[in-house]
Amino acid sequence: MSVTARAASLLVAFLLVAGLVIFVTLYYVRGVSSLPTVHYAASGGQVNVVLQEDPQNDSSSKPDWVSYYVQDPATSKWVHTTLFSVPANTRVNVTLYGYDGCTPLRNNYFSQVQGTIGNTVTLSQFDQHGKEYVSEHTTSVIDSWSDCNVGHTFAIPALGVYVPVASPNAPLSANNLCSESPCVTEGNPYALEKFSFMTPDHVGVFRWQCLVPCGGGYLDGNSGPMQTLGYMMGEMDVVSS
Amino acid sequence: MTTQPEAQGGQPGAGARHGLRIFLIWIILTLAADLIIWFVWKPHMPPGDMSDAARHQQFDIAVLAVSGAPVIIGVLVYFVYSIVVFRARPGDESDGEPIYGNTKIAVGWIIGTTVIVMWLFVFGTVELVVPAGAGAGEGPAPIWKLAGTTSRTWTPNTNTMLEVQVIGQQWAFTYRYPQFGGMESSELMLPVNTPVTFHVTSLDVIHSFWAYQLGVKADANPQVDNVAYVTPKTLGSVTVRCNELCGIWHGAMYNFGHVVAQTAFQSWASGVQAKEQADGVLAALPPYAYAYDPTVVPQLGANLPKIDGITGAAGYYYPPSDPVTP
Repeated sequence: MSVTARAASLLVAFLLVAGLVIFVTLYYVRGVSSLPTVHYAASGGQVNVVLQEDPQNDSSSKPDWVSYYVQDPATSKWVHTTLFSVPANTRVNVTLYGYDGCTPLRNNYFSQVQGTIGNTVTLSQFDQHGKEYVSEHTTSVIDSWSDCNVGHTFAIPALGVYVPVASPNAPLSANNLCSESPCVTEGNPYALEKFSFMTPDHVGVFRWQCLVPCGGGYLDGNSGPMQTLGYMMGEMDVVSS
Repeated sequence: MTTQPEAQGGQPGAGARHGLRIFLIWIILTLAADLIIWFVWKPHMPPGDMSDAARHQQFDIAVLAVSGAPVIIGVLVYFVYSIVVFRARPGDESDGEPIYGNTKIAVGWIIGTTVIVMWLFVFGTVELVVPAGAGAGEGPAPIWKLAGTTSRTWTPNTNTMLEVQVIGQQWAFTYRYPQFGGMESSELMLPVNTPVTFHVTSLDVIHSFWAYQLGVKADANPQVDNVAYVTPKTLGSVTVRCNELCGIWHGAMYNFGHVVAQTAFQSWASGVQAKEQADGVLAALPPYAYAYDPTVVPQLGANLPKIDGITGAAGYYYPPSDPVTP
């Protein structure tokens, strides 16, 4: 083979590999960025973030995966995403609706509320008729091993925020869970948690996740929704205030 | 510049002169490089000198660099010298001189490489044994143990070994302190100048506990107690990373630790223990053990998937046998 032919072959091979790398990179970036981000603006140094976690979701590809939803403050509509942005150095008041049933924590240490203001959450629980059977109980521990009461967690490890997310009780978890997402309070049992934490004074993207092995159908409950953005894994983008 | 016959070793004594020149160039460059490595580069070599293990690792890297520099420089000097001195002149199409059967070169090569390999073997072994495993995980029955008094409690200034259990799960590390009631923390706190025993384990997949500045790295295997030792020597912050690909968010599995004064550590540990006692966290934790079966709640003495009342119909606890296929 002549030098020219060899050089041409080398060039073609190089272009093929480079093209493949660029395609994969763009495909991945485009795939991640297709998730919408819900933006929260501060008012009086505070933002009110509203989340819910459901036993299923309204996607066409993985409808049986457990999933978080984020409420858009502009429209009050639930958005199937786990990306939201908040300003830096701001108090974030979280309202979290827990519609999914209970699953024990792998490490019950995360039953402890950490990193919130006061290291507590305020918990209420309602049955499918709207009856409040636990009313605004402020606690620093929701023990996932003592009763059916923890569905998932909301954890931002880089900020030291670990919050067990309560679930409806055992009979309600077994028989009356919400079956259509995004869930609504009417006709469904749910837990309602409120807590606050401070965002750092610097911008950055902070991963948040669930620490309950809630990936049904996957080894040890890991993988699947546990590790997928838009389901039980999310990112909080702290932007300049 | 040498003449062509000299360059090809055509005159008596030419080979010896080349050898002397190469040796002189090599010895000067080697001395310079080793002095720079030892006195300029070594203080900045990873992982620093925050612990005894880290200091040994920094020393090891510097010694290996000092040992390797003469070899690398020897190769490069001979390479450059050959290009400059032994290059083919215009019109010279003769072959190089055959050097088969040169006993001196053969013996020198065998002795030289043997010395280097044996030196690395002995040095590496000593540096693994003397610093009690060099900060690496030694498994559940460590061969090289760190000196220190073992006790069920820990108090400052007693050379008592502090036991710290490192628990990995996707994607967070937590730390239990059995000498403080088995309290658990999401941040790693250690007292300075104290022998520490890490017991590293996992609740799900294989992770690896890498406390970079401390020079400690030990795999976290489920159902396994992997022991590693360290003695922190200076105050400061420690970055803890997972060093085993453990899932898609492996890169985000990190947190930070701190080496503090012994009295400050005791105050912190006692405070956390008291708070977790008061909040009921200690009662909610499983009894301290070297490894845990995450499908069992020890307080209930039962297998989690079979417990009614803490797993809802839609909240089943997925056991290890749960299939991978969704």
